[in-house]
Amino acid sequence: MSKIELTVDGAAVSDDVEPRMLLVQYLREKLGKTGTVIGCDTSNCGACTVHLDGTSVKSCNVLAVQANGRTVTTIEGLADTAEGELHPVQEAFRECHGLQCGFCTPGMIMQAVDLLGENPDPTEEEVRLGMEGNLCRCTGYHNIVKSVLHAAEGAKA
Amino acid sequence: MTATQDRPAAEIGKDRRRKEDQRLITGRTRWTDNITLPGMLHLAMVRSPFAHATITSVDTEAAKASPNVVAVLSGKDFGDELGVCINAWPITPDQKTPTHSPMPADRVAFAGEIVAVVVARSAAEARDAAELVDVEYDELPAVIGIKNALRDEVLAHPDLGTNKSALWVLDSGEAGTGSDVEAAIETARADGILIEREYRQQRLIPAFMEPRSVVVDPTGEQITMWSATQIPHILRFALAATTGVPESKIRVIAPDVGGGFGGKLQTTPEEWVAWAVARRLSKPVKYTETRSESLMAAHHGRDQVQTLTLAADKEGNVTGLKVHLDADLGAYIAVVGGGVPVLGAFMFNAIYKFPAYRFECQTVLTNTTFTDAYRGAGRPEATYAIERLMDELAAEVGVDPLEIRERNWIKHEEFPFTTVAGLEYDSGNYEAATALAKESFGYDALRAEQKERRDRGDRVQLGIGVSTFTEMCGLAPSRVLGSLDYGAGGWEHASVRMLATGKVEIVTGASAHGQGHETAFSQIVADRLGVPFEDVEVLHGDTQIAHKGLDTYGSRSLVVGGEALVKAVDKVIDKAKHLAAHLLEASEDDLEYNQGRFTVAGTDQGIAIQELATAAFAAHNYPEDMEPSLDAEATFDPVNFNYPHGTHLCAMEVDTETGAVKMRKYTCCDDIGVIINPLIVAGQVHGGLVQGIAQALWEEAVHDESGTLVSGSFVDYLLPTSADTISFDVVHTDDPSVCTTNTLGTKGVGEAGTIASTPAVVNAVVDAIRHLGIDDIQMPCTPERVWRAIQGSKAGGATETPPDAMPHFVEGEANQQSHEGALDQDGAGQ
Repeated sequence: MSKIELTVDGAAVSDDVEPRMLLVQYLREKLGKTGTVIGCDTSNCGACTVHLDGTSVKSCNVLAVQANGRTVTTIEGLADTAEGELHPVQEAFRECHGLQCGFCTPGMIMQAVDLLGENPDPTEEEVRLGMEGNLCRCTGYHNIVKSVLHAAEGAKA
Repeated sequence: MTATQDRPAAEIGKDRRRKEDQRLITGRTRWTDNITLPGMLHLAMVRSPFAHATITSVDTEAAKASPNVVAVLSGKDFGDELGVCINAWPITPDQKTPTHSPMPADRVAFAGEIVAVVVARSAAEARDAAELVDVEYDELPAVIGIKNALRDEVLAHPDLGTNKSALWVLDSGEAGTGSDVEAAIETARADGILIEREYRQQRLIPAFMEPRSVVVDPTGEQITMWSATQIPHILRFALAATTGVPESKIRVIAPDVGGGFGGKLQTTPEEWVAWAVARRLSKPVKYTETRSESLMAAHHGRDQVQTLTLAADKEGNVTGLKVHLDADLGAYIAVVGGGVPVLGAFMFNAIYKFPAYRFECQTVLTNTTFTDAYRGAGRPEATYAIERLMDELAAEVGVDPLEIRERNWIKHEEFPFTTVAGLEYDSGNYEAATALAKESFGYDALRAEQKERRDRGDRVQLGIGVSTFTEMCGLAPSRVLGSLDYGAGGWEHASVRMLATGKVEIVTGASAHGQGHETAFSQIVADRLGVPFEDVEVLHGDTQIAHKGLDTYGSRSLVVGGEALVKAVDKVIDKAKHLAAHLLEASEDDLEYNQGRFTVAGTDQGIAIQELATAAFAAHNYPEDMEPSLDAEATFDPVNFNYPHGTHLCAMEVDTETGAVKMRKYTCCDDIGVIINPLIVAGQVHGGLVQGIAQALWEEAVHDESGTLVSGSFVDYLLPTSADTISFDVVHTDDPSVCTTNTLGTKGVGEAGTIASTPAVVNAVVDAIRHLGIDDIQMPCTPERVWRAIQGSKAGGATETPPDAMPHFVEGEANQQSHEGALDQDGAGQ
């Protein structure tokens, strides 16, 4: 067991974890952050995407111990949703019907936030390339791409 | 009940943002795998690595000694309480159906089949211990592939004596719905056009994003199962029917479910094993599959060889169609099983006026993962075949593919039209959909560009693909299902509860997994009942709340479930009217119902439906001849399928040097009758399109010759990404052909995109290089296949996908050097 201390969605947390425990397992099983989900075993699908020190990572591809001393933001900490607040990218996904079953959505949103952080005014092509590490089976990506572009447009206004 | 019909619709047709989204975009979702119960134990499955083998021994000692393992059980530890996996649709009375144990004790019939289950305090410990279960097998010869199966040299189930499960036939000459197809073929052979082709429908994997998960809680009076399923009601029935637990003691809940596409229309071995283990140990258990388990052991779809003969006269007027399917069921006959290809029987003739038709479907058993419904289920296969053939006919006659279709399709004034397969298409307008699609696509300009590029010998050639599809959906009229020997009906149930505070709960037997029922059904009720959209709560997916239902598949939820809802709402209004007349001291005949309010004609007296709900709750003053309740329920059994249709046009660019294909434009005009929510419809179309396009270009489940699934991860099974796809041009005609067999006028849309798009894409690829003498490319149309076809190798279009898709572990590579022991010091080795 290794002791880790980190900040998750604004709260300081501390746990003893097995060195092999993945960050996504830590978030789900130890912290109950079940908004972040597991969709594959091979880091292809991106459903587990979170931010580690502000940058998107696939949390199935990071060990919990690697997050020691760092800051993690999940879909649950992206905005003060308990107060009814939504992050503009969350709002854009709702507005543009960028989700159906919603399983890939937390990862999609976290990736989109990171993408727009790096490139606030992307072209459709740049959005398509920037989101290609996240798989969706419902939407055919059409409205996901639209959502990201809509969020970028909103940020300019 | 017509009280509300004259009112302009405020909600129907509005692009309401979805009610479901708030929880989904904030991570406040209840997936099955999110459920944790006190004392819950975790399961890991031990699966067969062999496609066909006798189990000679299962040694569980080492696993049992592993930390925090509670039990290790194999098939021989259970008796009848384990139950069996069912086939609900034996397609012929003499169908050969192998017994499908959830966890066989003696013999496995596909790689990935469960042979033992480990129960431990954590999922990780269960998986660690699963590695320690020592199963001895005697490997048996395995039969892989349809053509091998038909030879009956190696048998998937030796005790059955054959791999041929059933032969199902529909012959228009014999059924009296048309003439004799053999005569039409002979005439065409002598003095007409005969197109004879063999097309391959490769095996696909539904690949819903949420891996399947099941939680069983045996504590309490009812045993509760949460499952990532499309079919909680059918699941409950099947558990009762096969495990000896009374149906009334079983509660099944489908919480938030992350996609299905038919892939969760199943009663699964995993569910049955979890059920049996929870009952045995009297403890809650959870099993969540890994993605590789999902790809290997959740059912696959498609997998047919289609032998096709289309007869026409010299002008290209079709005279006959003969279809022979060989369909791979896999190792067992799953819940719908052979019914999937049989659904295609009614769709090969499509929108065309064939005078003669014969359909045969031979189902076969192989030592592979069992197959079942995948988005479209039987209809994409049929649509692919006929739409590819119509392009071939156009090429033979030398006319535009749209022209050959128009020559043969049912004209809009000919509806209702009884087809050669015996269905009555109630409405449609193929001319209007095609005209709008052509205009939006820029058909003539793209044809001109195609000619220009061809004339100058451009390296990148342009092809235009057409698919003028129809489908039968809204499954299904129960009597029709009965005549086809399906084990259940096709009705749907709904109820409406008027709460004391004026809010409305509606309960539906449909079980959404991404479709947006909560939003669309709220819109229907808001309009029909005249209450605010926000005041309607939609309850579903729990057999104790939605006690009756037949669940969600076959584009049925809106057209069958929505109609049940309409009927229940109308009953509420009837009751409310009676109470209103009593309270207003007026005659019912003088009452008008408008926007949720009864008014007495010619006066300013009135009462709102919410006030009536409160009055019924208080029950202080109500008529002697009624119960103090406005609540109502209804069960709707459709009298016909419905027949959405559309014209899909696809432009593909093909690099003739490399074989690379690229989508340039995709336009579709779907006529789906009345649209409840255009935003949701567009989403269904987009997603459907990409699944169909993916069959054309990327996806294939491949087994090697020993029966191992080599496309067993998302590294090898190529789901398209955002970078592989384009934005689509989705249009609808202003004057849709409404469905005449439900009051909403709606037709199904969930499967339409997938059914239509596959042939549009392949037709476009072939069209781009037809001038090089190519008339087919086998799916998926990989650059390699396209390149080989262009190189003149006639085999190019029909090469099998090599079963060594992607080497993962290459000996001697830098990342494959041995680090023995390095990870094992603290027991953390994988």
